[in-house]
Amino acid sequence: MAAEAWILPVTDNPVDAAFWAATRQGRLLVQHCEACASHHFPPRVFCPGCHGPLAWVPAGESGRIWSFVTVHPPLLPAYQALAPYRVVVVEPEGVPGIRMIGNLLTTPDADIGASRDTAIAIGDRVRLCFRQLTEDVTLPCWIRISSKEN
Amino acid sequence: MKDQVAIVGIGETSFGKGFTESELELGCSAIRNALQDAGIAAGEVDGVACYTMEETPEFEYARNLGFGDLSFFSRVHYGGGAGCGIVGQAAMAIATGQANVAVVWRARKRSGKASRVWAQTPPRLNNHWKWSQPWGLLRPVDEVALLARRYFHDHGASRDTLGHIAVTLRNHALNNPRAMMHNRPLSLAEYQAARMISDPLCLFDNCLESDGAVAVVLARRDHAQDCRQRPAYIHAWSQGLARGQQNMPDVFGADPFASASAVAARKLWQGSDIGPADIQVAQIYDAFSPLILFSLEAYGLCGRGEAAAFVESGGIAVNGGRLPVNTAGGSLSEAYIHGFNLITEGVRQLRGTAQNQVAGAATCLVTSCDATPTSALLLRN
Repeated sequence: MAAEAWILPVTDNPVDAAFWAATRQGRLLVQHCEACASHHFPPRVFCPGCHGPLAWVPAGESGRIWSFVTVHPPLLPAYQALAPYRVVVVEPEGVPGIRMIGNLLTTPDADIGASRDTAIAIGDRVRLCFRQLTEDVTLPCWIRISSKEN
Repeated sequence: MKDQVAIVGIGETSFGKGFTESELELGCSAIRNALQDAGIAAGEVDGVACYTMEETPEFEYARNLGFGDLSFFSRVHYGGGAGCGIVGQAAMAIATGQANVAVVWRARKRSGKASRVWAQTPPRLNNHWKWSQPWGLLRPVDEVALLARRYFHDHGASRDTLGHIAVTLRNHALNNPRAMMHNRPLSLAEYQAARMISDPLCLFDNCLESDGAVAVVLARRDHAQDCRQRPAYIHAWSQGLARGQQNMPDVFGADPFASASAVAARKLWQGSDIGPADIQVAQIYDAFSPLILFSLEAYGLCGRGEAAAFVESGGIAVNGGRLPVNTAGGSLSEAYIHGFNLITEGVRQLRGTAQNQVAGAATCLVTSCDATPTSALLLRN
Protein backbone atom coordinates (compact mmCIF):
# COMPACT_ATOMS: atom_id res chain seq x y z
CA MET A 1 0.00 0.00 0.00
CA ALA A 2 1.25 3.46 -0.90
CA ALA A 3 1.15 5.19 2.47
CA GLU A 4 2.06 8.54 0.96
CA ALA A 5 -1.28 8.59 -0.88
CA TRP A 6 -3.14 7.76 2.33
CA ILE A 7 -4.81 10.44 4.44
CA LEU A 8 -2.58 10.64 7.47
CA PRO A 9 -2.92 12.50 10.77
CA VAL A 10 -0.45 14.92 12.29
CA THR A 11 0.93 12.93 15.22
CA ASP A 12 2.94 15.54 17.13
CA ASN A 13 0.11 17.91 18.09
CA PRO A 14 0.51 18.30 21.87
CA VAL A 15 -3.21 17.67 22.47
CA ASP A 16 -3.15 14.16 21.01
CA ALA A 17 0.51 13.17 20.55
CA ALA A 18 0.22 10.72 23.46
CA PHE A 19 -2.54 8.84 21.62
CA TRP A 20 -0.38 8.31 18.54
CA ALA A 21 2.73 7.49 20.59
CA ALA A 22 0.75 4.78 22.38
CA THR A 23 -0.58 3.26 19.14
CA ARG A 24 3.03 2.91 17.96
CA GLN A 25 3.57 0.78 21.06
CA GLY A 26 0.42 -1.27 20.50
CA ARG A 27 -1.72 0.44 23.12
CA LEU A 28 -5.06 2.24 22.77
CA LEU A 29 -5.46 5.19 25.15
CA VAL A 30 -8.27 7.61 25.86
CA GLN A 31 -8.42 10.56 28.22
CA HIS A 32 -9.84 10.31 31.74
CA CYS A 33 -10.77 12.89 34.36
CA GLU A 34 -10.40 11.45 37.82
CA ALA A 35 -12.42 14.22 39.48
CA CYS A 36 -15.40 13.81 37.14
CA ALA A 37 -14.94 10.05 36.59
CA SER A 38 -15.42 10.70 32.86
CA HIS A 39 -13.68 9.44 29.73
CA HIS A 40 -13.06 11.60 26.66
CA PHE A 41 -12.39 10.93 23.01
CA PRO A 42 -11.50 12.50 20.57
CA PRO A 43 -8.86 14.20 22.73
CA ARG A 44 -9.41 17.51 24.48
CA VAL A 45 -7.15 20.20 25.95
CA PHE A 46 -8.54 19.61 29.44
CA CYS A 47 -11.66 18.15 31.03
CA PRO A 48 -14.76 19.87 29.58
CA GLY A 49 -16.55 19.17 32.86
CA CYS A 50 -14.17 20.79 35.37
CA HIS A 51 -11.24 22.17 33.31
CA GLY A 52 -8.96 19.92 35.31
CA PRO A 53 -6.16 17.83 33.82
CA LEU A 54 -6.86 14.70 31.81
CA ALA A 55 -4.82 11.53 32.20
CA TRP A 56 -4.31 8.95 29.44
CA VAL A 57 -5.74 5.56 30.36
CA PRO A 58 -6.04 2.32 28.38
CA ALA A 59 -9.27 1.38 26.64
CA GLY A 60 -10.30 -2.27 26.58
CA GLU A 61 -8.76 -4.56 24.01
CA SER A 62 -12.17 -5.68 22.86
CA GLY A 63 -15.35 -3.84 22.06
CA ARG A 64 -18.66 -3.98 20.29
CA ILE A 65 -19.71 -2.67 16.91
CA TRP A 66 -21.99 0.37 17.25
CA SER A 67 -22.43 0.78 13.50
CA PHE A 68 -20.62 0.07 10.25
CA VAL A 69 -20.61 0.91 6.55
CA THR A 70 -19.24 -0.70 3.43
CA VAL A 71 -17.56 2.03 1.44
CA HIS A 72 -17.82 1.93 -2.37
CA PRO A 73 -16.31 4.23 -5.04
CA PRO A 74 -15.91 7.01 -6.04
CA LEU A 75 -13.02 7.54 -3.61
CA LEU A 76 -9.53 8.98 -3.49
CA PRO A 77 -7.23 6.71 -5.54
CA ALA A 78 -5.41 5.08 -2.62
CA TYR A 79 -8.73 4.06 -1.06
CA GLN A 80 -10.55 3.31 -4.31
CA ALA A 81 -8.04 0.56 -5.07
CA LEU A 82 -9.13 -1.30 -1.91
CA ALA A 83 -12.88 -0.69 -2.12
CA PRO A 84 -15.33 -1.92 -1.12
CA TYR A 85 -14.01 -1.86 2.44
CA ARG A 86 -15.49 -1.79 5.92
CA VAL A 87 -15.43 1.10 8.36
CA VAL A 88 -16.79 0.42 11.83
CA VAL A 89 -17.68 2.47 14.87
CA VAL A 90 -16.66 0.56 17.97
CA GLU A 91 -17.48 1.06 21.63
CA PRO A 92 -14.39 -0.28 23.42
CA GLU A 93 -14.96 -2.06 26.71
CA GLY A 94 -13.96 -0.39 29.95
CA VAL A 95 -14.44 3.19 28.77
CA PRO A 96 -18.18 3.94 28.96
CA GLY A 97 -19.55 6.38 26.42
CA ILE A 98 -16.52 6.27 24.14
CA ARG A 99 -16.91 5.47 20.43
CA MET A 100 -14.11 5.22 17.89
CA ILE A 101 -13.92 4.89 14.15
CA GLY A 102 -11.78 2.09 12.77
CA ASN A 103 -11.43 -0.50 10.06
CA LEU A 104 -12.65 -4.06 10.28
CA LEU A 105 -9.75 -6.34 9.34
CA THR A 106 -9.46 -10.09 8.89
CA THR A 107 -5.87 -10.13 10.19
CA PRO A 108 -3.69 -7.25 11.38
CA ASP A 109 -1.70 -7.37 8.12
CA ALA A 110 -4.70 -7.55 5.79
CA ASP A 111 -5.78 -4.78 3.45
CA ILE A 112 -8.88 -2.91 4.59
CA GLY A 113 -10.82 -4.47 1.70
CA ALA A 114 -10.26 -8.04 2.90
CA SER A 115 -13.15 -7.85 5.37
CA ARG A 116 -15.72 -6.90 2.76
CA ASP A 117 -17.44 -10.31 2.89
CA THR A 118 -17.16 -10.83 6.66
CA ALA A 119 -20.67 -11.19 8.08
CA ILE A 120 -21.07 -8.56 10.76
CA ALA A 121 -23.88 -7.00 12.71
CA ILE A 122 -24.29 -4.20 15.19
CA GLY A 123 -23.42 -5.54 18.63
CA ASP A 124 -20.82 -8.03 17.40
CA ARG A 125 -17.68 -8.34 19.53
CA VAL A 126 -14.37 -7.25 18.04
CA ARG A 127 -10.82 -7.27 19.32
CA LEU A 128 -8.24 -4.55 18.97
CA CYS A 129 -5.33 -4.77 16.55
CA PHE A 130 -2.92 -2.24 15.07
CA ARG A 131 -1.98 -1.41 11.53
CA GLN A 132 1.24 0.54 10.92
CA LEU A 133 1.11 2.89 7.92
CA THR A 134 4.27 4.99 8.32
CA GLU A 135 7.03 5.42 10.86
CA ASP A 136 4.80 7.62 13.01
CA VAL A 137 1.25 6.58 12.06
CA THR A 138 -0.24 3.38 13.47
CA LEU A 139 -4.01 3.06 13.30
CA PRO A 140 -6.07 1.11 15.82
CA CYS A 141 -8.29 -1.39 13.96
CA TRP A 142 -10.62 -4.26 14.85
CA ILE A 143 -11.10 -7.95 14.08
CA ARG A 144 -14.48 -9.64 14.56
CA ILE A 145 -14.45 -12.35 17.23
CA SER A 146 -18.10 -13.28 17.76
CA SER A 147 -21.70 -12.32 17.23
CA LYS A 148 -23.57 -10.16 19.68
CA GLU A 149 -25.02 -13.14 21.50
CA ASN A 150 -21.57 -14.23 22.70
CA MET B 1 -38.17 39.50 16.56
CA LYS B 2 -41.20 37.30 15.90
CA ASP B 3 -42.68 38.17 12.45
CA GLN B 4 -40.79 41.49 12.42
CA VAL B 5 -38.79 40.64 9.30
CA ALA B 6 -39.95 38.94 6.11
CA ILE B 7 -38.55 37.34 3.01
CA VAL B 8 -39.85 39.73 0.37
CA GLY B 9 -38.01 38.52 -2.70
CA ILE B 10 -36.66 35.24 -4.05
CA GLY B 11 -34.43 34.63 -7.04
CA GLU B 12 -32.85 31.62 -8.70
CA THR B 13 -30.80 30.75 -11.72
CA SER B 14 -31.59 27.59 -13.62
CA PHE B 15 -30.09 24.44 -12.08
CA GLY B 16 -27.87 22.00 -13.95
CA LYS B 17 -24.41 20.68 -14.63
CA GLY B 18 -21.39 22.07 -16.42
CA PHE B 19 -22.51 25.71 -16.51
CA THR B 20 -20.05 28.04 -18.24
CA GLU B 21 -20.93 31.05 -16.05
CA SER B 22 -18.74 31.78 -13.02
CA GLU B 23 -20.10 31.46 -9.52
CA LEU B 24 -20.11 35.27 -9.29
CA GLU B 25 -22.19 35.53 -12.45
CA LEU B 26 -24.64 32.92 -11.18
CA GLY B 27 -24.89 34.64 -7.80
CA CYS B 28 -25.41 38.06 -9.41
CA SER B 29 -28.24 36.66 -11.55
CA ALA B 30 -30.01 35.08 -8.58
CA ILE B 31 -29.68 38.23 -6.44
CA ARG B 32 -30.84 40.48 -9.31
CA ASN B 33 -33.86 38.21 -9.78
CA ALA B 34 -34.64 38.30 -6.06
CA LEU B 35 -34.46 42.12 -5.96
CA GLN B 36 -36.72 42.36 -9.02
CA ASP B 37 -39.13 39.92 -7.42
CA ALA B 38 -39.27 42.13 -4.33
CA GLY B 39 -39.40 45.40 -6.25
CA ILE B 40 -36.46 46.75 -4.27
CA ALA B 41 -33.58 48.67 -5.87
CA ALA B 42 -30.07 47.25 -5.39
CA GLY B 43 -28.94 50.58 -3.95
CA GLU B 44 -31.23 50.02 -0.96
CA VAL B 45 -29.33 46.89 0.10
CA ASP B 46 -27.26 47.61 3.21
CA GLY B 47 -26.86 44.10 4.67
CA VAL B 48 -25.60 40.78 3.34
CA ALA B 49 -25.00 37.30 4.70
CA CYS B 50 -23.68 34.13 3.11
CA TYR B 51 -22.08 30.74 3.79
CA THR B 52 -18.39 30.72 4.79
CA MET B 53 -18.01 28.18 1.99
CA GLU B 54 -19.02 30.86 -0.52
CA GLU B 55 -15.93 31.42 -2.63
CA THR B 56 -16.71 34.97 -3.75
CA PRO B 57 -16.17 37.83 -1.29
CA GLU B 58 -19.17 40.01 -0.43
CA PHE B 59 -17.60 43.13 -1.95
CA GLU B 60 -17.63 41.53 -5.39
CA TYR B 61 -21.38 41.13 -5.18
CA ALA B 62 -21.80 44.63 -3.75
CA ARG B 63 -19.79 46.33 -6.49
CA ASN B 64 -21.24 44.26 -9.32
CA LEU B 65 -24.86 44.60 -8.27
CA GLY B 66 -24.61 48.21 -7.09
CA PHE B 67 -25.51 47.72 -3.45
CA GLY B 68 -25.49 50.76 -1.17
CA ASP B 69 -23.10 51.20 1.72
CA LEU B 70 -23.15 47.98 3.73
CA SER B 71 -23.58 48.24 7.49
CA PHE B 72 -24.00 44.50 8.10
CA PHE B 73 -22.15 41.53 6.63
CA SER B 74 -21.85 38.12 8.18
CA ARG B 75 -21.08 34.52 7.35
CA VAL B 76 -21.99 31.21 8.95
CA HIS B 77 -19.84 28.11 8.90
CA TYR B 78 -20.52 24.35 8.66
CA GLY B 79 -21.52 23.90 5.03
CA GLY B 80 -25.11 22.80 4.66
CA GLY B 81 -25.85 23.71 8.27
CA ALA B 82 -25.52 27.41 7.45
CA GLY B 83 -28.47 28.13 5.14
CA CYS B 84 -31.22 29.01 7.59
CA GLY B 85 -28.67 30.57 9.93
CA ILE B 86 -27.55 33.23 7.48
CA VAL B 87 -31.17 34.17 6.79
CA GLY B 88 -31.80 34.29 10.53
CA GLN B 89 -28.71 36.40 11.24
CA ALA B 90 -29.58 38.87 8.48
CA ALA B 91 -33.14 39.06 9.82
CA MET B 92 -31.76 39.72 13.29
CA ALA B 93 -29.64 42.52 11.87
CA ILE B 94 -32.74 44.10 10.36
CA ALA B 95 -34.79 43.60 13.53
CA THR B 96 -32.10 45.31 15.60
CA GLY B 97 -31.61 48.18 13.17
CA GLN B 98 -28.16 47.22 11.89
CA ALA B 99 -29.57 47.02 8.36
CA ASN B 100 -32.76 47.82 6.46
CA VAL B 101 -32.63 45.55 3.44
CA ALA B 102 -30.51 42.41 3.35
CA VAL B 103 -29.72 39.89 0.64
CA VAL B 104 -28.64 36.34 1.44
CA TRP B 105 -27.53 33.81 -1.15
CA ARG B 106 -25.72 30.65 -2.15
CA ALA B 107 -23.94 30.37 -5.50
CA ARG B 108 -22.23 27.15 -6.34
CA LYS B 109 -20.60 25.18 -9.09
CA ARG B 110 -20.67 21.79 -7.52
CA SER B 111 -20.92 19.63 -10.64
CA GLY B 112 -17.14 19.82 -11.14
CA LYS B 113 -15.57 16.84 -9.36
CA ALA B 114 -12.65 18.90 -8.06
CA SER B 115 -15.11 21.14 -6.19
CA ARG B 116 -16.11 18.38 -3.76
CA VAL B 117 -14.58 18.90 -0.37
CA TRP B 118 -13.81 15.25 0.20
CA ALA B 119 -11.84 15.09 -3.05
CA GLN B 120 -9.33 17.59 -1.72
CA THR B 121 -6.64 15.96 0.37
CA PRO B 122 -4.51 18.02 2.69
CA PRO B 123 -0.94 16.79 3.22
CA ARG B 124 -1.67 15.76 6.84
CA LEU B 125 -4.84 16.20 8.87
CA ASN B 126 -4.61 18.21 12.07
CA ASN B 127 -8.30 18.89 12.67
CA HIS B 128 -11.19 16.72 13.86
CA TRP B 129 -11.14 14.73 10.62
CA LYS B 130 -7.96 13.01 11.81
CA TRP B 131 -10.29 10.76 13.87
CA SER B 132 -12.20 9.43 10.85
CA GLN B 133 -10.61 9.99 7.45
CA PRO B 134 -7.40 7.95 7.92
CA TRP B 135 -9.63 4.84 8.15
CA GLY B 136 -11.21 5.67 4.80
CA LEU B 137 -14.34 7.36 6.14
CA LEU B 138 -13.77 10.09 3.59
CA ARG B 139 -17.06 11.53 2.46
CA PRO B 140 -20.12 13.04 4.11
CA VAL B 141 -22.15 10.13 2.71
CA ASP B 142 -20.02 7.66 4.69
CA GLU B 143 -20.65 9.55 7.88
CA VAL B 144 -24.40 9.69 7.32
CA ALA B 145 -24.44 6.00 6.32
CA LEU B 146 -23.03 5.08 9.75
CA LEU B 147 -25.96 6.84 11.39
CA ALA B 148 -28.44 5.34 8.93
CA ARG B 149 -27.30 1.79 9.73
CA ARG B 150 -27.63 2.50 13.45
CA TYR B 151 -31.08 4.02 12.92
CA PHE B 152 -32.17 0.89 11.02
CA HIS B 153 -30.93 -1.23 13.93
CA ASP B 154 -32.63 0.88 16.60
CA HIS B 155 -35.98 1.37 14.88
CA GLY B 156 -36.48 -1.46 12.41
CA ALA B 157 -36.21 0.74 9.32
CA SER B 158 -34.56 -0.46 6.12
CA ARG B 159 -33.40 0.62 2.68
CA ASP B 160 -37.06 0.41 1.68
CA THR B 161 -37.73 3.29 4.04
CA LEU B 162 -35.11 5.41 2.31
CA GLY B 163 -36.42 4.28 -1.06
CA HIS B 164 -39.79 5.75 -0.15
CA ILE B 165 -38.10 9.08 0.54
CA ALA B 166 -36.18 9.07 -2.74
CA VAL B 167 -39.22 8.09 -4.80
CA THR B 168 -41.52 10.58 -3.06
CA LEU B 169 -39.13 13.47 -3.66
CA ARG B 170 -38.64 12.37 -7.25
CA ASN B 171 -42.40 12.42 -7.71
CA HIS B 172 -42.41 15.99 -6.44
CA ALA B 173 -39.79 16.96 -9.02
CA LEU B 174 -41.53 15.39 -12.00
CA ASN B 175 -43.74 18.38 -12.73
CA ASN B 176 -41.27 21.03 -11.54
CA PRO B 177 -39.67 22.49 -14.66
CA ARG B 178 -36.77 23.91 -12.61
CA ALA B 179 -35.87 20.47 -11.26
CA MET B 180 -32.88 18.63 -12.69
CA MET B 181 -34.99 15.46 -12.44
CA HIS B 182 -38.03 17.01 -14.14
CA ASN B 183 -39.87 14.31 -16.12
CA ARG B 184 -37.45 11.58 -14.96
CA PRO B 185 -39.46 9.09 -12.88
CA LEU B 186 -37.82 6.80 -10.32
CA SER B 187 -39.36 3.53 -9.11
CA LEU B 188 -38.71 1.71 -5.85
CA ALA B 189 -37.30 -1.18 -7.91
CA GLU B 190 -34.83 1.16 -9.62
CA TYR B 191 -33.88 2.53 -6.23
CA GLN B 192 -33.24 -0.98 -4.88
CA ALA B 193 -31.14 -1.89 -7.93
CA ALA B 194 -28.93 1.21 -7.82
CA ARG B 195 -25.23 0.95 -7.11
CA MET B 196 -24.08 1.34 -3.54
CA ILE B 197 -22.08 4.41 -2.55
CA SER B 198 -21.74 3.74 1.16
CA ASP B 199 -23.78 0.69 2.09
CA PRO B 200 -26.59 1.00 3.29
CA LEU B 201 -26.80 4.15 1.12
CA CYS B 202 -27.02 3.93 -2.67
CA LEU B 203 -26.77 6.46 -5.46
CA PHE B 204 -30.35 7.72 -5.01
CA ASP B 205 -29.82 8.41 -1.31
CA ASN B 206 -27.37 11.13 -2.38
CA CYS B 207 -28.23 14.63 -3.50
CA LEU B 208 -27.63 15.82 -7.03
CA GLU B 209 -24.42 17.61 -7.94
CA SER B 210 -25.59 20.97 -9.23
CA ASP B 211 -24.49 24.33 -10.56
CA GLY B 212 -26.71 27.26 -9.76
CA ALA B 213 -27.50 30.06 -7.35
CA VAL B 214 -30.37 31.02 -5.07
CA ALA B 215 -30.99 34.31 -3.25
CA VAL B 216 -33.53 35.90 -0.95
CA VAL B 217 -34.21 39.54 0.03
CA LEU B 218 -35.23 40.45 3.56
CA ALA B 219 -36.97 43.58 4.81
CA ARG B 220 -38.68 44.88 7.95
CA ARG B 221 -42.37 44.16 8.37
CA ASP B 222 -43.61 47.67 7.51
CA HIS B 223 -41.42 47.74 4.41
CA ALA B 224 -42.42 44.19 3.46
CA GLN B 225 -46.08 45.13 3.22
CA ASP B 226 -45.24 47.63 0.44
CA CYS B 227 -43.26 45.12 -1.61
CA ARG B 228 -44.40 43.44 -4.78
CA GLN B 229 -44.97 39.95 -3.31
CA ARG B 230 -46.82 38.51 -0.38
CA PRO B 231 -44.31 38.50 2.53
CA ALA B 232 -43.12 35.26 4.12
CA TYR B 233 -42.58 36.33 7.73
CA ILE B 234 -39.75 34.88 9.77
CA HIS B 235 -41.79 33.81 12.75
CA ALA B 236 -38.81 32.16 14.47
CA TRP B 237 -35.32 30.98 13.64
CA SER B 238 -32.54 29.20 15.45
CA GLN B 239 -29.08 27.74 15.28
CA GLY B 240 -27.85 24.59 17.02
CA LEU B 241 -24.49 23.12 18.00
CA ALA B 242 -24.97 20.45 20.63
CA ARG B 243 -22.94 20.07 23.82
CA GLY B 244 -19.87 18.02 23.02
CA GLN B 245 -20.71 17.84 19.30
CA GLN B 246 -18.01 18.03 16.68
CA ASN B 247 -18.60 18.63 13.01
CA MET B 248 -19.16 15.57 10.82
CA PRO B 249 -18.84 12.75 11.67
CA ASP B 250 -20.99 13.25 14.73
CA VAL B 251 -20.88 9.74 16.19
CA PHE B 252 -18.90 10.58 19.32
CA GLY B 253 -21.58 12.39 21.34
CA ALA B 254 -23.89 10.83 23.91
CA ASP B 255 -26.86 10.64 21.51
CA PRO B 256 -25.98 11.23 17.85
CA PHE B 257 -29.69 11.34 16.99
CA ALA B 258 -30.40 14.22 19.36
CA SER B 259 -27.64 16.57 18.33
CA ALA B 260 -27.54 19.87 16.42
CA SER B 261 -31.09 19.60 15.09
CA ALA B 262 -32.49 18.87 18.53
CA VAL B 263 -30.80 22.01 19.89
CA ALA B 264 -32.07 24.11 16.98
CA ALA B 265 -35.56 22.63 17.38
CA ARG B 266 -35.74 23.42 21.08
CA LYS B 267 -34.78 27.04 20.48
CA LEU B 268 -37.09 27.34 17.48
CA TRP B 269 -40.20 26.14 19.28
CA GLN B 270 -39.35 28.22 22.38
CA GLY B 271 -39.45 31.32 20.21
CA SER B 272 -42.62 30.40 18.39
CA ASP B 273 -46.37 30.82 18.95
CA ILE B 274 -46.99 27.58 17.07
CA GLY B 275 -45.78 24.02 17.53
CA PRO B 276 -44.80 21.04 15.40
CA ALA B 277 -48.45 19.98 14.98
CA ASP B 278 -49.22 23.33 13.30
CA ILE B 279 -46.69 22.87 10.48
CA GLN B 280 -48.43 22.36 7.14
CA VAL B 281 -45.43 21.89 4.87
CA ALA B 282 -41.71 21.37 5.52
CA GLN B 283 -38.53 21.78 3.52
CA ILE B 284 -35.98 19.51 5.20
CA TYR B 285 -32.30 19.46 4.32
CA ASP B 286 -31.72 16.32 2.29
CA ALA B 287 -28.17 16.07 1.01
CA PHE B 288 -28.74 12.42 2.03
CA SER B 289 -32.11 10.74 2.40
CA PRO B 290 -31.69 9.60 6.05
CA LEU B 291 -31.36 13.22 7.16
CA ILE B 292 -35.10 13.56 6.54
CA LEU B 293 -35.82 10.78 9.06
CA PHE B 294 -33.47 12.25 11.65
CA SER B 295 -34.84 15.77 11.17
CA LEU B 296 -38.53 14.79 11.27
CA GLU B 297 -37.85 13.34 14.71
CA ALA B 298 -35.51 16.03 16.01
CA TYR B 299 -37.99 18.81 15.18
CA GLY B 300 -40.83 16.90 16.84
CA LEU B 301 -42.75 16.32 13.60
CA CYS B 302 -42.64 12.58 14.38
CA GLY B 303 -41.92 10.75 17.62
CA ARG B 304 -38.53 9.11 18.16
CA GLY B 305 -38.26 6.11 15.83
CA GLU B 306 -41.58 6.89 14.15
CA ALA B 307 -40.33 8.74 11.06
CA ALA B 308 -39.71 5.53 9.13
CA ALA B 309 -43.32 4.36 9.37
CA PHE B 310 -44.45 7.92 8.62
CA VAL B 311 -42.57 8.17 5.32
CA GLU B 312 -43.47 4.60 4.35
CA SER B 313 -47.16 5.38 4.77
CA GLY B 314 -46.89 8.37 2.43
CA GLY B 315 -46.78 11.00 5.16
CA ILE B 316 -44.35 13.29 3.33
CA ALA B 317 -46.01 13.15 -0.09
CA VAL B 318 -47.77 16.17 -1.59
CA ASN B 319 -50.55 13.84 -2.65
CA GLY B 320 -52.28 12.87 0.55
CA GLY B 321 -49.46 13.20 3.05
CA ARG B 322 -50.07 14.75 6.47
CA LEU B 323 -46.86 16.78 6.13
CA PRO B 324 -45.61 17.27 2.56
CA VAL B 325 -41.81 17.55 2.57
CA ASN B 326 -39.50 19.01 -0.08
CA THR B 327 -42.34 19.84 -2.39
CA ALA B 328 -40.11 20.94 -5.30
CA GLY B 329 -38.05 17.74 -5.16
CA GLY B 330 -35.42 18.89 -2.67
CA SER B 331 -31.70 18.29 -2.95
CA LEU B 332 -32.34 14.71 -4.06
CA SER B 333 -34.39 15.62 -7.13
CA GLU B 334 -34.62 19.40 -7.74
CA ALA B 335 -31.04 20.62 -7.23
CA TYR B 336 -28.41 20.73 -4.52
CA ILE B 337 -27.67 24.38 -3.87
CA HIS B 338 -26.50 23.58 -0.36
CA GLY B 339 -30.09 23.56 0.87
CA PHE B 340 -30.81 27.17 -0.10
CA ASN B 341 -33.40 26.19 -2.73
CA LEU B 342 -35.41 24.69 0.14
CA ILE B 343 -35.89 28.23 1.46
CA THR B 344 -37.20 29.63 -1.83
CA GLU B 345 -39.61 26.69 -2.14
CA GLY B 346 -40.84 27.40 1.38
CA VAL B 347 -41.56 31.00 0.35
CA ARG B 348 -43.41 29.88 -2.79
CA GLN B 349 -45.61 27.62 -0.67
CA LEU B 350 -46.55 30.56 1.57
CA ARG B 351 -47.25 32.76 -1.45
CA GLY B 352 -49.46 30.03 -2.92
CA THR B 353 -47.35 29.86 -6.08
CA ALA B 354 -45.59 26.49 -5.70
CA GLN B 355 -45.70 23.92 -8.47
CA ASN B 356 -46.95 21.36 -5.96
CA GLN B 357 -48.94 23.76 -3.86
CA VAL B 358 -50.12 22.55 -0.46
CA ALA B 359 -53.62 24.03 -0.30
CA GLY B 360 -53.80 26.97 2.06
CA ALA B 361 -50.28 26.50 3.45
CA ALA B 362 -49.76 29.19 6.08
CA THR B 363 -46.75 27.75 7.95
CA CYS B 364 -43.53 26.21 6.67
CA LEU B 365 -40.58 24.79 8.54
CA VAL B 366 -37.24 24.96 6.72
CA THR B 367 -34.23 23.14 8.14
CA SER B 368 -30.52 23.01 7.39
CA CYS B 369 -28.16 20.04 7.63
CA ASP B 370 -28.85 17.60 10.46
CA ALA B 371 -25.35 16.12 10.33
CA THR B 372 -23.47 19.36 11.09
CA PRO B 373 -24.01 22.30 13.43
CA THR B 374 -27.24 23.60 11.96
CA SER B 375 -30.09 26.09 11.81
CA ALA B 376 -33.80 26.35 11.07
CA LEU B 377 -36.44 28.85 9.94
CA LEU B 378 -40.12 28.95 10.75
CA LEU B 379 -41.93 30.91 8.05
CA ARG B 380 -45.57 31.97 7.88
CA ASN B 381 -47.67 34.28 5.78
